[in-house]
Amino acid sequence: MSARETILKAVAMNKPELNDLPDIDLSLTIQYPDLIQQFTGMVEAAGGKAYYENSRQDLLNDIAEVKAEGKFMINLLEDSNDNEWANLKASELEALDTCYLQAELGVAENGAMWISEKQMANRLMPFICQHLVIVLNPGDLVNNMHEAYRQIDATANGFGVFIAGPSKTADIEQNLVIGAHGARSLRVYLIDSVDS
Amino acid sequence: MSVKQHAEAAQEFIRDEARTDWHDETLWFVRHKRDKAVNTLPEWEILRDWASRIKNHTLSNLDHYLRSFEEKAASNGIIIHWASDAEDHNRIVHKIIADNKIERIVKSKSMLTEECHLNEYLQNKGIQILDTDLGEYIVQLRKESPSHIVLPAIHLKRQDVSETFHEHLNTEKGNYDPQYLAGSARHHLRERFIESDLAITGVNFAIAESGSFVVCTNEGNADMGVHSAGIHIACMGIEKLIPKTEHLGIFLRLLARSATGQPITTYSSHFHKPRPGQQMHVVIVDNGRSRQLGRADFRNSLKCIRCAACFNTCPVYRRSGGHSYHSTVAGPIGSILNPNLDMKANSDLPFASTLCGSCSNVCPVKIDIHDQLWKWRQVIVANGYVDKGKKAGMQGMAWVLSNPQIYRLSGKIGRWIMRTFPFMLNNSLNVWYKQREMPRAPEKSFRDWFKENK
Amino acid sequence: MKVGLFIPCYIDQFYPDVAIATYQLLKKLGCEVSYPMNQTCCGQPMANSGFSDLTKGCDVNFVKNFRDFDYIVAPSGSCVLHIKEHLKEGGSPAEIESIRHNVYELSEFLIDILKISGLQASFPHKVGMHVSCHGQRGLHLSSMSELVAPAFSKSEQLLRMVDGLELLKPVRVDECCGFGGTFCVFEEAVSVKMGKDRIKEHLVNDVEFICGGDTSCLMHMEGILKRQGLGVKTIHLAEILNSAL
Repeated sequence: MSARETILKAVAMNKPELNDLPDIDLSLTIQYPDLIQQFTGMVEAAGGKAYYENSRQDLLNDIAEVKAEGKFMINLLEDSNDNEWANLKASELEALDTCYLQAELGVAENGAMWISEKQMANRLMPFICQHLVIVLNPGDLVNNMHEAYRQIDATANGFGVFIAGPSKTADIEQNLVIGAHGARSLRVYLIDSVDS
Repeated sequence: MSVKQHAEAAQEFIRDEARTDWHDETLWFVRHKRDKAVNTLPEWEILRDWASRIKNHTLSNLDHYLRSFEEKAASNGIIIHWASDAEDHNRIVHKIIADNKIERIVKSKSMLTEECHLNEYLQNKGIQILDTDLGEYIVQLRKESPSHIVLPAIHLKRQDVSETFHEHLNTEKGNYDPQYLAGSARHHLRERFIESDLAITGVNFAIAESGSFVVCTNEGNADMGVHSAGIHIACMGIEKLIPKTEHLGIFLRLLARSATGQPITTYSSHFHKPRPGQQMHVVIVDNGRSRQLGRADFRNSLKCIRCAACFNTCPVYRRSGGHSYHSTVAGPIGSILNPNLDMKANSDLPFASTLCGSCSNVCPVKIDIHDQLWKWRQVIVANGYVDKGKKAGMQGMAWVLSNPQIYRLSGKIGRWIMRTFPFMLNNSLNVWYKQREMPRAPEKSFRDWFKENK
Repeated sequence: MKVGLFIPCYIDQFYPDVAIATYQLLKKLGCEVSYPMNQTCCGQPMANSGFSDLTKGCDVNFVKNFRDFDYIVAPSGSCVLHIKEHLKEGGSPAEIESIRHNVYELSEFLIDILKISGLQASFPHKVGMHVSCHGQRGLHLSSMSELVAPAFSKSEQLLRMVDGLELLKPVRVDECCGFGGTFCVFEEAVSVKMGKDRIKEHLVNDVEFICGGDTSCLMHMEGILKRQGLGVKTIHLAEILNSAL
């Protein structure tokens, strides 16, 4: 008998009688009076920086500054040349300093943003860059993770990720160090729409 | 080599009292962060209840969900493997490595691969795996095992890490700055990510309805590995399944808050299909889990989502260190999982607890850990894995306490001895007396008083 | 109301004052209290060590002594919890069920059954509260720091009725003291370390007494306090509630 059959047979034999799934009443879950305030607070708590008031101008300045420094940057907000980026290898993306991309949705309870493969063009992009810049439409904010999963389609693409803050570790004596293996910083711009 | 029992290993750990205090405080800090995080959600207890019931449901229909996951994942282009035990698991991983002639392998944190001793297995075949989670990287360089499933190097101080990095990475001697040390590791590991051919990860949640799986990290090491390498192998126990994608909302809200007090991990990566040209393998491992499923008293230990909240809250774990549990999964949850894997070798673990119950209260999926510790004690004694002297003592005690006259006489004699010949008890043979005074022995018991004064 | 006084074996033998205080307190509060003379032990030491099959004799003896009461009251959360959860022999299922249902720890009996709202007790001292795990997490005598739930404490509610008493809590309000039954000898090193750490937090508060609802925890901490030559004393809740009543 194959391992597969052995396991499935043992599980079928040993499992208890069927227990029902609970009824999930989402009206019992947290709602925030001010989604933007809660969300930006959580982004900052996770080690990121959030811009809201003059965010459109701030973003333009941000891009101009990185450009002026002559660093390797990829701006997926205006240039989502999928094929070109999709085929880049780790060794080619390694020097990437800053990456700009749009998130599909933001979650107020924890500052996480959903980015699917479509928005990142290359699965490595949001991880391998030194600095990650995410633009989010404040209209795409939801209260909590339950609402988030109602809104996104996690299976629409081959890969997707919730990102909350820059990469971090506390593996040395529980001291928080920002910048573990992924991006060393995260800037979030809440902007109604990039084009207008 | 004989493995030290928990009590003996703990005694050695505590010998350095200042370090024990530091270990205790550091982990208590994590428990404190967890408390702060969970108290921001009025629905916390409801979430625990939902999670517990979803897991109970899943376990009660696990064969169905395993089949569903397999079918969906395969249709998404993921290659599924089944492993009955650790040996099977290691053989499967090795075959993928050998078939593809792989040399450079990175691995993110997977307690399952630790449980299966994959690193040693491959090392014996001349294959080196690099652990990339910072904590695991540190313990790997030191040739140690993780002492905690979420914080693998929590037993080490920054000075220890600094020395290890100085030796292996040539960092500055005496530089204890965590920022500097973590930065050095980042620098070294970056090259290894980029040149890796194969990346191994664990699985936090596998979704039956879609065939997808989720991997959570703070460091981004899992993603750096798998998106760089041509081959991704994800290893999961059969208990990692949940029925639906929407259930992730509940589990992701519970996991990080329970583990570190964060509202969510930095990265919660959802793998649905391999990218073009990539191989994506999932190894589904039993290794005793289906046997545990058949133990009515212990099956719900399989609800565990490996957050380690029970470690951080456990007053015994904090003062004895993870290595004193001589197992991959230490702490209270380890003490109810490990006897299933090897009852004799782990017969000490259910006794490494005061049954205070804090573990059951912090558990995000409501495993009745302390009740199971109590039940394992009964099973272990019934199976004869108990010291003969202890057994005789218990039999004697039971006899005395079952007979009121003998109980009263023994009490009277005992108290008389304690008053008259204190040295008979106040000596090195009396374990209580090592660091504690004996209670004062009154002349009269309460019963004696009651007869005279009622 | 017929109340059977259940005095755990080690209290009977080593801490009769705790039992006396409990007895006197219940009498003064108007209960008809009896002390069944042939009681011994609830059987917990064997059961918690994995030898629950050796507790039959204790079960039988317990039922024989306590079958005829409306309420069974003990100054110990731990022993009460054992009876509630594990008593199984010695009588008809209905009898066993009734005993398991009617056995009370002292503070819950005073609050939930007698519903007392005041006491004429006086104890003008600084008292540190030790929360014993089995009473707290097993019998729910107080809220638990791990749960997201409203705070309450039956023993604190009672202590607030005592004149002159200043109640002080350790930072870790409900961490285990490390007694743990036979754990205290089989895991001696951890047990003592846990006890020392509890005491340290009370010392910071400069308390004169450490008060608790379980004499086993107090005995453990008392042993350490005495060995270390510290002046802080341990005292059972019943002794404070009965003081100058």
